[in-house]
Amino acid sequence: MLLALATLLLCQLLGQWLAAVCGWSVPGPVVGLVLLWLVLLVRPTWATALQPTAHGLLGHLSLLFVPAGVGVVQHVQRLGQEALAIGLALVVSTALGLLASAWTTRWVLRRHREDA
Amino acid sequence: MSTLASSELAQLWVYLAESPLLGLTLTVWVYLGAVAVYRASGQHSLANPVALSITVLALLLYALGIPYQRYFDGAQFIHFLLGPATVALALPLWEQRHMLTRKAPAVLAGVLVGSAVATGSAWCLAQWLGASHTTVASLAPKSVTTPVAMAIAEQIGGLPSLTAALVVCTGVVGAIMAPWLLRSFVRECPDSVGVALGSVAHGIGTARALQWGSSSGAYAALAMGISAVASSVLLPLVWRLFA
Repeated sequence: MLLALATLLLCQLLGQWLAAVCGWSVPGPVVGLVLLWLVLLVRPTWATALQPTAHGLLGHLSLLFVPAGVGVVQHVQRLGQEALAIGLALVVSTALGLLASAWTTRWVLRRHREDA
Repeated sequence: MSTLASSELAQLWVYLAESPLLGLTLTVWVYLGAVAVYRASGQHSLANPVALSITVLALLLYALGIPYQRYFDGAQFIHFLLGPATVALALPLWEQRHMLTRKAPAVLAGVLVGSAVATGSAWCLAQWLGASHTTVASLAPKSVTTPVAMAIAEQIGGLPSLTAALVVCTGVVGAIMAPWLLRSFVRECPDSVGVALGSVAHGIGTARALQWGSSSGAYAALAMGISAVASSVLLPLVWRLFA
């Protein structure tokens, strides 16, 4: 478990370092994700050692969002002033995104099937 | 005698409220309570544990007069784990790599179109309705999973904490709307519903997709991961061009 956590932290650190050195706009942890994925491609057996810790961490992923989310108390004024713009943009864009994504996926899957 | 006891109690409270342990302990226990309520409600999407925890904690901080900064002194230990958790997303993505390569065109197309439409329409609508630049920057990455969305918001000049709340709202709204909005898709092509929920409503949408079967759940997890990587590469670039 400690070794797995150390691996995750090392990937994050390398990712953050790589992103900073290369001047990429990608967040460090995402570069770390890609790095770990590449490591697993080369050393597939390492996945078994990482799985319990990774799934333990991801199983409580929702908890990790809470401290940042509570930060909303700092923005009560802004939310009150721009409630209509934020609310409408959020609901309408989510509906449009869901429809566009489902429609596109179904269309490509069907074309794929016809070709095969 | 009673005045002495109450002043001692007040001193004890001042000591506790100053300690970072209070913010940390409150967060974990409130979250556990919220999960219990979510389970008791039959996993109703309106009883989302994240939304519930944030509401309860915000009210508690307000009632106890604790400033957010002091709360975060303790809660930051939980917040810190978002980084390693994002790296850990590599494991489910790696486990599903065979599915990824087989149905790659459909998943990629669905994620890219879904993310572009969700982000673009939110951006345009908010700007048209007169939202400030900072608000638009905080709203734009709302379809991406929280740790990545917060990092993107920070880069394009938004407020990461506002983004975190908006990301949670998007997930809950998406999970509530999907069943009736995508009714015909659920019947004909459940995989496409998974891709839609994962790319637009991230982790909360993925949890909803799992209820339609493990296949649409796997598609959702995959879509969430691709959307996180794609958005973190593309959104800051597009933002720099247009904003």
